[in-house]
Amino acid sequence: MLQEIVLTIITASTPLLLAATGELVVERSGVLNLGVEGMMVIGAVTGFAVAFATGSLLLGTLAAMTGGILLALLFGLLTLTFIANQVATGLALTLLGLGLSGLIGESFVGQPGARLPKLDIPGVSDIPFIGPILFGQDAIVYLSFALVATVSYALFRTRIGLIIRAVGDNHASAHILGYRVIPVRYLCVMFGGACAGLAGGYLSLAYTPQWIENMTAGRGWIALALVVFASWVPVRVLVGAYLFGTVTILGFALQGFGIGIPAQVLSSLPYLVTILALVVISGNRVLMRANTPACLGQAFVPDR
Amino acid sequence: MRKWLIMAGAVALAAASSAGSAQAEKLKACWVYVGPIGDFGYSYQHDVGRKQVEKELGDKVETTYIENVAEGPDADRAIERLAREGCKIIFTTSFGFMDSTIKVAKKFPKVKFEHATGYKQAKNVAIYNARFYEGRYVMGEIAAKVSKPGLAGYIVSFPIPEVVMGINSFMLGAQTVNPNFKIKIVWVNSWYDPGKEADAAKVLFGQGADIIVQHTDSTAALQIAEEKGLHGFGQSSDMIKFAAHAQLTANTDNWGDYYVQEVKKVLDGTWKSTNTWGGMAQNMVVLSPFTNMPDDVKKMAEDSVAKIKAGTLLPFAGPITRQDGTVVGEAGKSLPDKDLLSMNWYVKGVDDKLPQ
Repeated sequence: MLQEIVLTIITASTPLLLAATGELVVERSGVLNLGVEGMMVIGAVTGFAVAFATGSLLLGTLAAMTGGILLALLFGLLTLTFIANQVATGLALTLLGLGLSGLIGESFVGQPGARLPKLDIPGVSDIPFIGPILFGQDAIVYLSFALVATVSYALFRTRIGLIIRAVGDNHASAHILGYRVIPVRYLCVMFGGACAGLAGGYLSLAYTPQWIENMTAGRGWIALALVVFASWVPVRVLVGAYLFGTVTILGFALQGFGIGIPAQVLSSLPYLVTILALVVISGNRVLMRANTPACLGQAFVPDR
Repeated sequence: MRKWLIMAGAVALAAASSAGSAQAEKLKACWVYVGPIGDFGYSYQHDVGRKQVEKELGDKVETTYIENVAEGPDADRAIERLAREGCKIIFTTSFGFMDSTIKVAKKFPKVKFEHATGYKQAKNVAIYNARFYEGRYVMGEIAAKVSKPGLAGYIVSFPIPEVVMGINSFMLGAQTVNPNFKIKIVWVNSWYDPGKEADAAKVLFGQGADIIVQHTDSTAALQIAEEKGLHGFGQSSDMIKFAAHAQLTANTDNWGDYYVQEVKKVLDGTWKSTNTWGGMAQNMVVLSPFTNMPDDVKKMAEDSVAKIKAGTLLPFAGPITRQDGTVVGEAGKSLPDKDLLSMNWYVKGVDDKLPQ
């Protein structure tokens, strides 16, 4: 039973982790894209549509990322090239994504899809408890961990990361030093779109293999909140996403055991516990301030 | 967004059709949905009903709908717009549209309104609902026969009378087969979150249940049952495509016949404000084909359906022992409708505390 609970926690946490990690990179470059939910739901529908039409889950996964990137490009065009307000554009992006996905997905409602295959190494995946948990996941789960590690390494140990953070912290100085602020931001926004799209694809291809409208059910917003509470540190996003998943699933398990805690309290617990935990982790105000991208949400218009 | 696209389309159509409105006038019938028609659940089934009206009444009618309408002031506006656009009959299909419907109906006395699942009636507002609990009673009987450990997992949304009635009816059905039948209840606090529904199903299966019952709208839980080689019941629509080996039956809503009947009445000029609470007998609640169960269980289920249709089997026939030990109801008679519609207690045998 414990094994079942841990497996469920992993699937519940993965979409949050993917979307939040992508958004973290976007925000580190100084752009606030509130359209995560929209990109995610577009990823879910394009991923499902392509997987359904071609029968290839790999193509479906790639299509989910592409869908997210396309919507992110629209956001980039409006906010980076045409200097529209990022907050308003991000909110509009969510509405657009939810509407558009319903339209695209109309003919896919009520069609069962195939589930992303799980890794199965004979012998190893059969080890009780550890086997299915460590060696029995689908590719996207492993990818999500690799993503966190890569992003963490790239942001703090490589030149690319330095440039991204410079652009996010002080775009004027970065510009003077010769870095191309707008293209860097475009790339980060696209990366965020790909991650959100992949998170959506995970929902429609692995979590619950089907398409139904609004199937993201607010997960994009939770991912956004996780980034802030994790004070823009990738490893903390990992902690936050898994904490959120864990408390949600434990809530269900406790209800099933018939422990007399009211269901409403249990279902609000993930929010409370995650916020509390991340606030405690990021309680150091100096560090928090140092981590907040100083140019977050500010438009950049080069003088010359 | 989509709502606006459809509206823009409707306006364009209206403009185009008014140009050539010399032809025979069609009756305009309109629907307001609380969710997207793509939910493959509640709103989807209402829309299936709308399409049946279009199909059966052909060119005598013209139908439109607005989906994703939030309960509250938004609903006022949506309903009022439909009334202004010349709808002659408007179906408002969610409990939360009740006050909005009554309000708008006062302003448009010539338009007929039909509100689903509520209790406020007026001269030009009829109300209708379906006795979903009848289906759940039969599901309970099936579950008690099929389940090996005698334990079902029950995924629910919110503690409203409709849902509580369903749990009780399911339990009463199950207890006729196995008096010690147990259910584990998980509230997911959402009508519609496929992810959470799937999670709840996994957890319940992990805790030893081998059958999943749901009062939430998506197919996610059944997909998990299919994967694990266990069983479950579909909700609102027939979900057999998602769970060919897992679905035992589905408790489906069939609004189409009622919609056709009511629109016809408007066409004939015989429409009256009525209060309809139809069940299997009126074909408003339909159990989809019984599958993945032994023949004797299938036969029992079919017999029960026949008896419920004939009125000889009443799911809530007294005396019923409540969880707290008190006994309600008269022998041989169903609990009165008003008690059912305000049900806020469990029957004996349910091991859950009802969230208040």
